[in-house]
Amino acid sequence: MPQRVSIFVTCIVDQLFPNAGMAMATVLERLGFSIDFPEAQTCCGQPAFNSGYRDEARTVASHTLKVLEGADYVVVPSGSCTSMMSHHYEELFAPGDARHHAAERLSPKIYEFSRFLTEVAQVEDVGARLETVATYHDSCHALRELKIKEAPRRLLANVKGLDLREMDAAEECCGFGGTFSVKFPGVSGGMARTKIDSILRTGASTVISIDSSCLMQLQGAISRAGLPIRTMHLAEVLASR
Amino acid sequence: MSTTFDRKIDATLSDPRLQNAIYKATGRLMSHRKIAVDSDVLPEFEELRTQANAVKRHTIENLDWYLEQFERNVLAHGGHVHWARTGTDVADVILGLAKSRNASLIVKSKSMTTEEIDLNERLEHHGLESVETDLGEYIIQLKHERPYHIVAPALHLTRYDVANVFEKKLGVENETEIENQTMIARRVLRDKFLRADIGISGANFLIADSGAVALVENEGNARLTTSAPKVHIAVAGIEKLIPRAQDLATFLKLLGRSGTGQPLTVYTSFLSGPRREDEVDGPEEFHVILLDSGRTKLLADPDKRQSLYCIRCGACLNHCPVYRKIGGHSFPWVYSGPIGAIITPQFHGVESEPGLPFASSLCGACAEVCPVKIDIPKILLELRADVKASEKRHAVNEAERAVFRTFAYVASRPKLWQRATKLAARLGPRGQGYLKKVPGFMNVGPVRAWLSQRDLPAPAEKSFREMWKERGR
Amino acid sequence: MTAREAILRDVRRNLGRAEGATPPPPPEPRIRIPEVSREDRIARMLERVSALAGKTLHARSAGDAVEYVAARTAGQTAVASNAPFLRQIGVTELPGVQSGFTDERNLREACASAEIGITSADYALADTGTLVMMASPAEARLVSLLPPVHMAIVPAERILTGLDELFSLHPLPASETSSMVLITGPSRTADIEQILVRGVHGPGEIHVVVVD
Ligand code: SF4
Repeated sequence: MPQRVSIFVTCIVDQLFPNAGMAMATVLERLGFSIDFPEAQTCCGQPAFNSGYRDEARTVASHTLKVLEGADYVVVPSGSCTSMMSHHYEELFAPGDARHHAAERLSPKIYEFSRFLTEVAQVEDVGARLETVATYHDSCHALRELKIKEAPRRLLANVKGLDLREMDAAEECCGFGGTFSVKFPGVSGGMARTKIDSILRTGASTVISIDSSCLMQLQGAISRAGLPIRTMHLAEVLASR
Repeated sequence: MSTTFDRKIDATLSDPRLQNAIYKATGRLMSHRKIAVDSDVLPEFEELRTQANAVKRHTIENLDWYLEQFERNVLAHGGHVHWARTGTDVADVILGLAKSRNASLIVKSKSMTTEEIDLNERLEHHGLESVETDLGEYIIQLKHERPYHIVAPALHLTRYDVANVFEKKLGVENETEIENQTMIARRVLRDKFLRADIGISGANFLIADSGAVALVENEGNARLTTSAPKVHIAVAGIEKLIPRAQDLATFLKLLGRSGTGQPLTVYTSFLSGPRREDEVDGPEEFHVILLDSGRTKLLADPDKRQSLYCIRCGACLNHCPVYRKIGGHSFPWVYSGPIGAIITPQFHGVESEPGLPFASSLCGACAEVCPVKIDIPKILLELRADVKASEKRHAVNEAERAVFRTFAYVASRPKLWQRATKLAARLGPRGQGYLKKVPGFMNVGPVRAWLSQRDLPAPAEKSFREMWKERGR
Repeated sequence: MTAREAILRDVRRNLGRAEGATPPPPPEPRIRIPEVSREDRIARMLERVSALAGKTLHARSAGDAVEYVAARTAGQTAVASNAPFLRQIGVTELPGVQSGFTDERNLREACASAEIGITSADYALADTGTLVMMASPAEARLVSLLPPVHMAIVPAERILTGLDELFSLHPLPASETSSMVLITGPSRTADIEQILVRGVHGPGEIHVVVVD
């Protein structure tokens, strides 16, 4: 088992949801990993990439590639940022470019948090306990680009006290989509409300995801509607005792 | 600054009846598909998709070859092939045929390609009567509307809307029973079929080794269109080719299931040429019009030419959470949903509706269901880059570009990034959870847009970076 | 330059292909034919047709089949196709059944006014409950299309497993017929409020009689 893992916490966790990042570190440490937090990390560059600013995305990607160069494993509390780094960095640079090769080398080392736990650390029970009725939201990039479907569910199934209920629209997008959420706010908000209807049908009081951006979107809409539901990052659930 | 696109979206969002209609109809099609492609009933589904993708790729990559093979085989069976660069060319061919055969009444079966080139309007402009015969298409033709959905053109209408238009156009009073409405259409259209001089169809597939046109439908109107009149004209985009009749074994299994969840649609017609010797019925003439109208242009980009693999099943629309909110008429062209979002900018230029490729959360549900595996999100991303490149050339949207340039500058300089994020956090009310509103000077642009729908998370009391440092590692 | 030349030129230019260059071999067609016993094929065929709201009969003899048809056509007008099989078993002799049309206008008029159209079928596809109709002097197109009721009488040995078997037996249908139509259940629409209505343009009632 590798001893040392680097974490890339993503800009959104750093600024808005640091507890998710701390929880991820806690879980990893409990499993015996020593954590390296490369200080120079900033953002994966996805906002620029998804907005069509390829040059700007390349600038940020080049930086991140350098920051993560020496890492054995990079663990990320986000499916979306993982997919940006493991799938799209390569596309940003022409095959001859040194950064293309750097991206190729980095790609297999980058793990979304739940996948790291189940595939590398090979644990499904991290000894967590949380008394709640919960439902799991599949974030789109984790589900469709990284094919992460079972890992978080298996981890949650082993959380004591947690009653996990599937929602009928688990795989439906929450409507965030980065700048989409503010370019088409009405559509984005409508998608969030549709998702929340599905959440409500489960009777869950906690919505869990592996992406903080989805949770921000959902919690924002839940809060606006004044509903008694909280959102939690998977790492926060797994760190609970 | 709101565009027509934005305004149409808002109008759809604020119509609860329409919202419900779209959501229910697409939801039903989704669940039908889900049952039909379940691995219990169709274990080879993924294999079929891979095969379909490979066959389409091969055909598109060698399209000129297959077009010529198709043409030879149509001629060999006594049919005719016409090549059309534009919609006008198509109309000219048909008008020529109509004139020399003294035709005045045309029956049409559903075809997105003819919708694309406004064929009915062009023909009517020249005094021909051209009647849509698919029930949904007939209704929207009476209403002078565009199809709302690739496979369910009248998805947005209720029986009351239909009663209204039947009253106005057919003089039928207050008939709101769907079954009766359908039978009224049957009677009116049956008469047209039996009197029509020409039948125009589209083509779901053009089969190169057979010189054949394959048509897929449920109502029987395509069969009537291609059997009853003396002349059958099929109008098809050049991308509709597949190499061999045997490939239909793959494509037919995918098309009905993906679109409506039917293992096979009610009718599949495989038509190759006019009636043969001693046949008692069937058309005496068989024409295929091969339409370019921008398709050759799409071939130029090796990454994006897969857009032409589309078999118009409609699955991407049904599964698109954005389509399910904004519906079909918000889209700028006849093709709506994810496939519309990727082909419209390629046909009409990214400048025509620069917002279109951005109207997606990039959730990927479309690519997940596409039977020919078109990587729609990837193409959307490419188109977004094309939009930004074009904006740069025309010095449009400078403010946004400045924001992203600054972002990239800062995000590639860790010290600066740390200072900037700290400053930004201090500006906001830290550690206050979700905010219902922010001070007026902040309530602008994206913040305002966010707050129009949702509460906004305040920056955390401490950033992760600060917390991590304090922990003393 | 003709439109044809211009289109082919642009296609080649944008694909980077030389005129007349032979393409690499296409992917092999995907044809898989499962082993299914005759009895299972019959059962599956009838089950699929019923699931589509079609009516079915497994006739042990030609006589049974004719009797079934006679019961449905009693007191009605019907048109039978020129399929020799229908004549052989005596369907064309039933009262009210017209057949033997060789003139298009007469055929059209008869089909447009008949209540029932009777045909055989070249094949049936068990997998999907499909009838395969190849147009020929024996099988005109309008018989299975214009009347509101379609009855098809199919010899049991004509039931194939599915599309793959059909296209493996007939890799080039165009060399045999100008029109091959697959019919899977009654004509239907759901264009208004997604409410299913049968018989919108084609027959709303379909009978499949399989004869041993
Ligand atoms: S893009 Fe794919 S899913 Fe969408 S209509 Fe075309 S074939 Fe169907």
